[in-house]
Amino acid sequence: MDTTRRDFLMVGTKLLVMTAATASALEHVMAGTPDAVTTYSTAEHWWAMLIDVEKCIGGGQCVRACKIENDVVDEPMYFRTWVERYHVNMSDPDHPVVDSPDGGIDGFTEKYADGDGKTFFVPKMCNHCADSPCTQVCPVGATFCTNDGVVLVDKDYCVGCRYCVQACPYGCRYLDPRTHTADKCTLCYHRLTRGMIPACCEVCPTGARQIADLKNPTDPIHEYLRTHKIQVLKPQMATGAKVYYNGLDGAVR
Amino acid sequence: MKRPFKDVEHLIRLAALFAAGLLVFAVARAELVPEDFGKYGHYRAGAIDDAAAWPRSYAGRARCTECHDDVVTAAAPAKHKVIGCETCHGALLKHADNPEVAVAKADGPVLCLRCHAANTGKPAHQPTVVAKDHSDEDTCVSCHKAHDPRTDQE
Repeated sequence: MDTTRRDFLMVGTKLLVMTAATASALEHVMAGTPDAVTTYSTAEHWWAMLIDVEKCIGGGQCVRACKIENDVVDEPMYFRTWVERYHVNMSDPDHPVVDSPDGGIDGFTEKYADGDGKTFFVPKMCNHCADSPCTQVCPVGATFCTNDGVVLVDKDYCVGCRYCVQACPYGCRYLDPRTHTADKCTLCYHRLTRGMIPACCEVCPTGARQIADLKNPTDPIHEYLRTHKIQVLKPQMATGAKVYYNGLDGAVR
Repeated sequence: MKRPFKDVEHLIRLAALFAAGLLVFAVARAELVPEDFGKYGHYRAGAIDDAAAWPRSYAGRARCTECHDDVVTAAAPAKHKVIGCETCHGALLKHADNPEVAVAKADGPVLCLRCHAANTGKPAHQPTVVAKDHSDEDTCVSCHKAHDPRTDQE
């Protein structure tokens, strides 16, 4: 085998000064395909979501954008994210009335009168739990939490048993009738890995939804969590939910 | 020579059967389980790349600004500055990749009223109107510009 001094020095230098990621990036650049370079490292992120209930106006922009970006099935009308309207009657606060017509995709028509109890909107989505029940029940290893904190489904591996659909305490999973595999929010993983924010956050007009990287020390999430009263859904389930709600009413289930 | 066990033939047959079963299992497992299964955990590592390879539809505000910075500048003093372009204009990555791809006209009043129609569920700080009391037959854009909706300017 002929190894020229030039080859030897190139390989040696790569080994000395570059990590595997930069070496592969250099290969892409040398081959004339710099677009294929990925600088994303799963070890550097831990994704979460912040939802400010007090800012949600129930326009359903997030629901529509999610449907388009992720080709979420329309028949039956399933959702990866949806908006619920809570109406709490003050004489019976333990039994809130909840509706979500078509997941709130076209917003909400007026249904209650001013001064009659309280009404508010709550966006719901996969909580990307750190200790997720849905990943624990999968019998074939088709769903898992990535190193950067996103719960994903492997469509090639899913056998469609629906255990995870039943296990999710938040009702965030469904069986896609086109593929007969489980489906759910990916936190727009295909956008995160390209340095973009999820589609729902991109289109939220009031900033009620904010993607947060808990491993990034400069992310405003740290200051926000420190200065606000934050709640996750169903904390008693100990799922390690990472969708943080600000201004969440106790009536929300 | 005295053998330690009598009648071992059936044990040997059993051991052979067991070994054959083990071999079938080992071969089938090597054949069926992908190489990258278990690299990071009890799942196929390639599934992460599959999720990351999903095609996008929304270009993102930064991408729009590359060409349309004049619109962003126009909206800058108004409250609408915080709203992503694609909130009203729809998913436009195709247009961003090829400017010749036409952009559908935003659906005026329907779009405005999604956020600004009065509704008891909306937080008190959200500016809302009852459309027929507010403007009768007139469309929203006859008084308000979408990017800078303030009417007390000029």
